[in-house]
Amino acid sequence: MRRSVGTCAVAGVCLAFVITLALAVLDVAETPAQVDLPGLLSESMGKSGVEHPVTAVLLNFRSYDTLLEIGVLVIAGIAGISVSRTTSLEDPELRTTDTLLYALQRWFVPLMLVLAGYLLWAGADRPGGAFQAGAVLAATGVMMRLGGIPMDFLRPGTLLRLGLALGFAVFLLIALASAIGGGAFLAYPPAVAKQLIVLIETVLTLSIAMVLLALFVSAPVNRAEEPGEGESP
Amino acid sequence: MSASLLYALAGVVLCGIGLFGFITLAHLLRKLLAFNLIGSGVFLALVGLAQRHGEPDPVPQALVLTGIVVAIAATALAVVLIRRYFHLSGLTTLKPEIREDRAE
Repeated sequence: MRRSVGTCAVAGVCLAFVITLALAVLDVAETPAQVDLPGLLSESMGKSGVEHPVTAVLLNFRSYDTLLEIGVLVIAGIAGISVSRTTSLEDPELRTTDTLLYALQRWFVPLMLVLAGYLLWAGADRPGGAFQAGAVLAATGVMMRLGGIPMDFLRPGTLLRLGLALGFAVFLLIALASAIGGGAFLAYPPAVAKQLIVLIETVLTLSIAMVLLALFVSAPVNRAEEPGEGESP
Repeated sequence: MSASLLYALAGVVLCGIGLFGFITLAHLLRKLLAFNLIGSGVFLALVGLAQRHGEPDPVPQALVLTGIVVAIAATALAVVLIRRYFHLSGLTTLKPEIREDRAE
């Protein structure tokens, strides 16, 4: 009984929250914007080095956000792999002998790799980009792991950690290089903006895929390998 | 009322549902899902409000894209931590007495 009263009170508070928020949204919708952001953006698109506005915002005009984002991702990935002890990204228990599954994977994995590459390249002038490509790449890794394709080349350790940090490191290096060269932090020289953005997007794709795959792999806890609480590892 | 405003208001409702679930649900995975629902509501409100003049605005879209990626990474990290917590304590909720309460 006390529980249902509590639930009703919480429901009432949430309803009040929704109404307040809806009023705020309606208020925002009625006031005209003080700055014409889309207009400003379309004016300076020529300086960005890419043709798609979302990519231009992500990797040129607001690249600070993207830099911090990949930083957050790297921290999440490192935290993920440090709470669990994974010996390999490939799980021997999942290794399959199913010929149909194996044949399907042999078709799908190259297809998905090509799709990831296409999405990365398409980001310049249409929807696509590093994050979509990274997600597809990570999904390929997840499929390979679940389907039991051997992935001995991806062992946690120096290589995985380097892969995790690669995107952030290259991005930060380019940002610092432009700052040292006399420009502002993260301001690319317009002449090589396109090349720099493609380079950053490529390393970001790899790092994002690595982070997502590492988090996926470190989620299950293997009871046989993990020490319990209080036991020495 | 335009369609984009409807999206923004739907986002607000999602925020409310997510908040309710986040407070009342005891299971940690459900809490995580409810928390993600709040996040999705915020994204929907942001994108919906930004395209109310017909043309979609790329700046909020880019911000939401950044937010989605961070949300995915944070959710995955939370799942890792919840699995670890369950492995160490055998509990799926933060307080053991809530679970007994639920069984009644």
